[in-house]
Formats: sequence, C-alpha cells, structure tokens
Amino acid sequence: MTARIGVVTFPGTLDDKDSLRAVRVAGAEPVSLWHRDKDLHQVDAVILAGGFSYGDYLRAGAISRFSPVMETVIEQAKAGMPVLGICNGFQILTEAHLLPGAMLRNNHLHFICRDQKLRVENAETAWTSDYSAGQEISVPLKNMDGRYVADERVLDELEAEGRVAFRYLDMNPNGSLRDIAGITNAAGNVVGLMPHPEHAVEPLIGTGRTDGLGFFTSIIKKLVNA
Amino acid sequence: MSLDTVKHAAETPDVAQPWKELGLKEDEYARIREILGRRPTGAELAMYSVMWSEHCSYKSSKVHLKQFGEKVPVNDAMLVGIGENAGVVDVGQGYAVTFKVESHNHPSYIEPYQGAATGVGGIVRDILAMGARPVAVVDPLRFGAADHPDTKRVLPGVVAGIGGYGNCLGLPNIGGEVVFDACYQGNPLVNAGCIGVMKHEDIHLAKASGPGNKVILYGARTGGDGIGGVSVLASETFESTGPAKRPAVQVGDPFQEKLLIECTLEIFKEKLVAGIQDLGGAGLSCATSELASAGSGGMRVELDTVPLRDSSLSPEEILMSESQERMCAIVEPQHVERFLEICEKWDVIATVIGEVTEGSQLEIFWHGEQIVDVPPRSVAHEGPTYHRPFARPSWQDALQADDAGKLARPANGAELREQVLKLVASPNQASKSWITDQYDRFVQGNTVLAMPEDAGMVRIDEKSNLGVAMATDGNGRYAKLDPYTGAQLALAESYRNVAASGAKPLAISDCLNFGSPEDPDVMWQFAEATRGLADGCLELGTPVTGGNVSLYNQTGETAIHPTPVVAVLGVIDDVNRRTPVAFAEEGQLLYLLGDTREEFGGSAWSEVVHGHLGGMPPEVDLGREKLLGEILISASRDGMIDAAHDLSDGGLIQAVTESCLRGGKGARLVVPDGLDAFTFLFSESAGRAVVSVPRSEELRFNDMCGARGLPVARIGVVDGEEIEIQGEFSIPLSELRTAHEATIPALLA
Repeated sequence: MTARIGVVTFPGTLDDKDSLRAVRVAGAEPVSLWHRDKDLHQVDAVILAGGFSYGDYLRAGAISRFSPVMETVIEQAKAGMPVLGICNGFQILTEAHLLPGAMLRNNHLHFICRDQKLRVENAETAWTSDYSAGQEISVPLKNMDGRYVADERVLDELEAEGRVAFRYLDMNPNGSLRDIAGITNAAGNVVGLMPHPEHAVEPLIGTGRTDGLGFFTSIIKKLVNA
Repeated sequence: MSLDTVKHAAETPDVAQPWKELGLKEDEYARIREILGRRPTGAELAMYSVMWSEHCSYKSSKVHLKQFGEKVPVNDAMLVGIGENAGVVDVGQGYAVTFKVESHNHPSYIEPYQGAATGVGGIVRDILAMGARPVAVVDPLRFGAADHPDTKRVLPGVVAGIGGYGNCLGLPNIGGEVVFDACYQGNPLVNAGCIGVMKHEDIHLAKASGPGNKVILYGARTGGDGIGGVSVLASETFESTGPAKRPAVQVGDPFQEKLLIECTLEIFKEKLVAGIQDLGGAGLSCATSELASAGSGGMRVELDTVPLRDSSLSPEEILMSESQERMCAIVEPQHVERFLEICEKWDVIATVIGEVTEGSQLEIFWHGEQIVDVPPRSVAHEGPTYHRPFARPSWQDALQADDAGKLARPANGAELREQVLKLVASPNQASKSWITDQYDRFVQGNTVLAMPEDAGMVRIDEKSNLGVAMATDGNGRYAKLDPYTGAQLALAESYRNVAASGAKPLAISDCLNFGSPEDPDVMWQFAEATRGLADGCLELGTPVTGGNVSLYNQTGETAIHPTPVVAVLGVIDDVNRRTPVAFAEEGQLLYLLGDTREEFGGSAWSEVVHGHLGGMPPEVDLGREKLLGEILISASRDGMIDAAHDLSDGGLIQAVTESCLRGGKGARLVVPDGLDAFTFLFSESAGRAVVSVPRSEELRFNDMCGARGLPVARIGVVDGEEIEIQGEFSIPLSELRTAHEATIPALLA
C-alpha cells in the first residue's frame, strides 16, 4: 500500500507545498487538506506545516487551533493518528494542548533563518524511527516565535519520559529552555519541532543536505508496516 | 461640505482649488482645465494630482527613458516590453518570467518598517498582476554611514519590515545588496525586486475592454493611509521644517497579501479575468484610469460601493488612498459569480464597483451623483513631459582629475596584510548575514542559491530542473565619478554575477535612484546614466524590460550619488549545473580570468584606507564581459569549474576571502608575472572572475579560454587554513572570519 499523508493549509500557511513535496519525495501520496473541511479524506497521518497562519495575529497558532479541520485532527491524534507539527504547526499543536508548553518570541527579538544543527534525542517516535538516538542532523530553522517554554515540572517530566525529541546543538538560536527544539507526546504519535525538515529533502535545494528526509521515511515505514 | 459634482464644477468656474497643496504646478492646473473645458471637480483634481506626480508620470525622466525602447537589442526572449506592470521574458519550456525592481525610498526614511514592508508588498502585486506566481524577492538597500546614529534607526526598521512582510508572504529572499555611504544619510534607498513565473498562455495585461464587463475591487478595505504618497512623498525633496509626513506612508498587512496572492492565482487558473491591475501608488485613481486607458476607454465606477475601513473618508480620499493589498480586475459577467466564490473561499472581500462602458470617458459616481468625467488617457498616459535643463556639473572635471593612483600604497607585506583585514572588515565589505538571516530564503523549497552567493537562483520546474537566477548591483561611487560608465559598470557587474552562477543573462530591470531633477547637475547625471545603460544593454543584448525611477533623493542642496541599480535575470537549463562561490575542495586550482589594471578610482580600497573618492572608475569593455560570461557558463555546463566568484568592489582579495570563508578552506596565492601584489589584490578592473578548477579539468579549461581569447592566469590553489600571498603575508581563516563577520552585528545588533 501507499501511505496517504495529509498536509493542512490554513490561511497564511506557507510551507504546505514544501511538505507535500517532501511526502512525495519520500515515496508516499501527499494529500492537501483545507482548514474549513473537517474531513481528513482517509489520510493515515497529518502534517501541520509552517507559516504564519492567520498572520500569527493574536498569538502564533491561536486562531488556527479552532478551525474546523483541527477538531478532527485533535480527535484523531488522541486516538493515535500520527501528527507532525513543523514550526507554525508546532505552535498550533501546543495551542491545541496536544503537546505541552508554549512558544514565545525569540530572545533576540529578530526573525532568524539559518542552517541549524540538532541532536535527535528520541528515535522511537512515529516520525523519527529512521534516525538513531543521538544522531546529529542539520536542517533549516526560520522563525520569529521559536523560544520553547514550559514550567519546570513539565520540563522535568519531558526529560524523564524521554519526550524531548530534538535539541539544538552548537548554539541555541532563540533562547528555548533546555535547548529544546522539538518534543513528542507520551504515545509518540504527535511530534512538534521548530526547525524545518521538509526543507532538507533534496541534495540541491536549500542547505544542500537531505537530513530531513528521515522524518518522512520514518512515518512511511510505520504506516506501511502497520 | 457639499459634494463637488461635475455639474457644480461647470457652474462654478472661479472656485479656488488646492492644486498647489496637491503638488501640481500652475501650468499643469491650467492644462487640466483646458482638457476638461472647465475646472476639475475635487475628485478629478485629486486624480490628476497623483497621476501627474513625478512618481506616476515620469514627467522629468521619460524623455531620457525612451532610449530603452529605441536602443533595443535583438533578443527573442522578450514577450512583453516596457509599459506594462512588468516586462515578460521567455525562459524556454513554455515558461515565461516577469521581474521588476522598484523603489520605496521616501516612505522608508519616514517610517522604516512600514515603508520597506509595503515596498515588498507593492512589487509582489505588480508581478502578480502580470498573471505570474511570485517565486522570489531581492532587496538592494543603501543607508547612510554605518556608524551614524540614524542608520541604527533606519536599517533595523527596514530589515525588520522586509522580513516581517516577505517572510509572512512565503517568498524566499534570495539576493540584493547592503551598501553604506554618508551620501544616503537622510535618503536611504530601499529598492525591492520580485521574480514571477507563468506559462506563456497565462500572461495577463492591465486593460479593460469589452463593454458590460464588470470592474471588481478585491482585497483589503480602503482606509486613510498613504493618501498622496506618490505626490507628497515621492515627488518632492524633504525639508526639515515641513509638517510630519507619516500619514502619507501606507501600512501593510502581509497576511492579507498572502491570501490575495493565493486567491488571485486560483482566479487565473480558472481564466476568470479579462484584465487586471494592482493598486499601488495613486490607488484607485491609477488602477481605474490605467485600465480604462489601455482598453477601449469607457468605464463607470460607483465609488460609494468601495468597502471602507473608515466610513468618514471623502471621495477624493478614496481615490487617492494607497491602502495596500488591493487589486482591481475586469471580469466578464458570466464569470463574476465564480470569481466572488473564490474570493469568499480565501476570505478576501470582493466588490463589483463598476463596469466597462461603450463610451470613451471614465465616469465616477458618488451616491448617484457624477464627480468624475474625464478622458482616461489624459490622466494615465498624457501627463506632462518636461525637458529639464541639464549640464555637466562644474565640479566634475576636478573630481575626475583627483586621481586615486596617487594615493599612498602599502609599502610592504605587513602593511598589505593590515589593509586586507581593514578592507574585509569595513561595513561595505563585511558579511551581511546578520541582515540576510532575518529573511526566509528556504520557503517554497526551490532555492538553489541565495545570498551571499553571486546571484540568487530558484528552480522553476521540478521535473526538468529549469531555473532562473537574478543579481542586483549598483555602485554610486563609480557613477558619481562618471555616470555613463557607472551605469554600465552596474550592468556589467550584475551580468557577470548571473553568469558566474552558471545562468545565461537574458534581460534587465533597473531602478534609477537620483537627486532632484530640478538641479541641472542631477539631470545631467540622469541623462548620462540612462544613455550609458541603454548603450550597454544594446551591446550586451539584454533588453530593459521595465523598471522604476526615484528622483528627489536629496536633502536640501545635497543629492545622493547617482545610483542606478541594475537587476539582471538569467536562465539555467539545469540547476544541477549551478556554480556556487565556495572554494570547498582542497587541491583545486585557482584561476583569475580577465585583465587586471591599476584601477583604483572609486574603489573600496580608496574609501576604506584613504576616505577618498576621485579619479575615473574602472574601464568598461562589454565585449569582454560577454566573452567572460560565455566562458563561465560553458565551464559550468561542462563541469570544468566547481566554484566561481565575480570580482568587483574590494577586488580579488575580497572575492577570495568570501569564497574561502564560505567553503571553510584556505588558499595559497602567487602574484602573477607583470603585476605587483597591491594591484593584484585591490584593483577593481571590471570583466574579471576567479574560478576553482579541478586538476582533471585544467587542460580542458585552459584550452577553452585560449581558443576563445580570454586571458587567464593560474594564481594559486585551494589549500590549508589560511590565505597566503606567497612572499608577502598570510592570515588565518579564523582571523579573517572574525574580521569579516563581527562588524555588522557590532554596529547594529
């Protein structure tokens, strides 16, 4: 079978086409999902792509979280469907309380776009099984509101349960607590991160590396072997 | 105040009108009365005042700009020429590309964030209005001295505005420039360029034909921002004592623009429009008069149907408002329903505000009463033309006689070393990544090259790997010394940058930034620069597809350096063959292509070491530029070079430093026979590039250059962790990196 992976377009989503392309490059069938449509069109997994949904007005992800499509995404994610939130998608997942914590404005107050080194801390989630724990990868990072925060209790819990999925290496680009770049829920089906693996799936484009492809091959293997 | 209707205007010929406050000259006002055979209504006066402004009518510049239409090189690539929103060129495989550079200088000084943001928004809508999907943006920027306190106000605001708007639109920012010079103090240059891609059959033109077709205004509501932006801001010199001009600056909403882009592309896909125009400078006045003028002429608009943000706006203000994120489409009646449906899908407000009529007049009504009745051509295309006096400035000869060749040169290797470090750390030569890292260069997933590469490059077809490249260049110091040569040097450098990336240069767009046209010195600079550019384009075979003129960039009596900025667009059949600047492979051979002469007039070295500007700029040989370009493209296509970097400001040492730092590898260089180390490192002779050649390709590469008559010299090898100039000095890469990368954050962060 071919895995069907949906990518949601909200008003202001920017990296939806990139995510659809990454899904295709990895070998699955990309499916475009629309924010007003509750129907997920029989996809096996969902990606919430990067961008500035609703202009990031009010708070990044705060409005999108209430869109019709999210009602179904939240319900299905709780039932175990794999969901990946990239950048703005990560912000939406925290606003939807599918993942704990929140994102604040970068500590230096500037938008930052760079090639960012990460360490994969948890290689057992639905989206990271093709990496090995401790593996170092480099993918583009680009955001305004990327500083991950949560209270100490939540941070300790995340660490203790191995739910810190990615950590920034070499430099912390936004002041995220404990260098956290991405986290997973306890079940490992919902993963969110600020950097953009979908921009690192072709050798020639972007940073010239394919370190991000593993996210998409991980989920395809999981879905096809399921 | 009662409504000033057409009828009322005819009955009250002697009412005093505020033509002067609106920026019109006395003879211009008289001409409007002559055209209409009566005094204009308030609404008509508002329209003429914005459309006849310098910014919209090019009244001072057009007698010179017409050369771009007269000296047109033979070039099959041109599909749509000057005159439309943006020119269109054929890039093969059924694709067409449209591109343009525009200025948003004056608003960006008044309100840096919004000025720069709406500059990006405006150029993107221009490209969209041609039927193209915008695929990338570039931003050539110029500011006052890097250490001037006001630069710290203007630059961060401009950069944040470009980032804040562009990043939110989802367009990769792939190139541009950042230049500092005291001459731009008080008159920063914020130019913005955009590239769009479409299929040949999808080209849309801004015209309203077909009586009965509906005029639909869609996008943001109209507010009170930007009223008179083109006439008040862009067409006059700043005075320190005048009233605050901030209300004349527009305020942008990039989220709305993103929706407008997606909505418009979906509308194009279903072929629902007969004509389309974006609303930028001069707002509805411009869109309605230009659409009507380019079509059959007649149009009727019910102005009171325009959705407003502020219900107290008068009809004059609605006509003049430059509220952003608005477009105007001409739609056949049977397509209106579907058009509105698509707008609703994207939460974009769309309103039928009028229709194309049989007649030849543009008629505008306000609650049933007629307030405008004008021949649209007289507003849009028949504005005044000035033959401004111009004369070679009295100081020009003395400036050119002040030869940079007589400046004290470094006496030994130690002094050379010191000056190299000073050069690469100077604000103009230092790394600009603190700035460009605030722009998203990855979005859309097609970016092949972005700054600090020589040219930005994006893939436009995922299957065939067809790509386009663009570089923008300008050097106000060269142009000040000799505007004709300076304009050609800007063209040559931009052309060379595109060729160095492996793409074939096809056509250009220009943004001509000058001082006041009322000053004969400035007008001479303008006349010389346009003549230089037109002659240069003819010789290089790259037509001017369009562009923009920004005048009045001066404070009091002091004008900026004449600053023609040239954007060259190129095409590459397979982006896999692109050439980066990085020296990444140890052992590869470094070759210098072209002739190096003792040319230091206007150079970065003369500025950084001596604070000097004088003499003549480097010589231009466009035949040589063309040959160099062909060699760079062939070598890239046939895999003979792995890296290339053009030589321009800062000379060879600047280029080698950038390429070494980018690749993380050092270089050992030998001064070639016939040159001294100083000239070798710092000369800014044009028509040159440095390339990195794999040893296996050396013979083939040399043979090709020899056969085609391009002088080349083997100058060294990629090696080690330092840059060594044999027998002179060496500098560790780490020391160069610190010098090159610390300057801008230290000044601005």
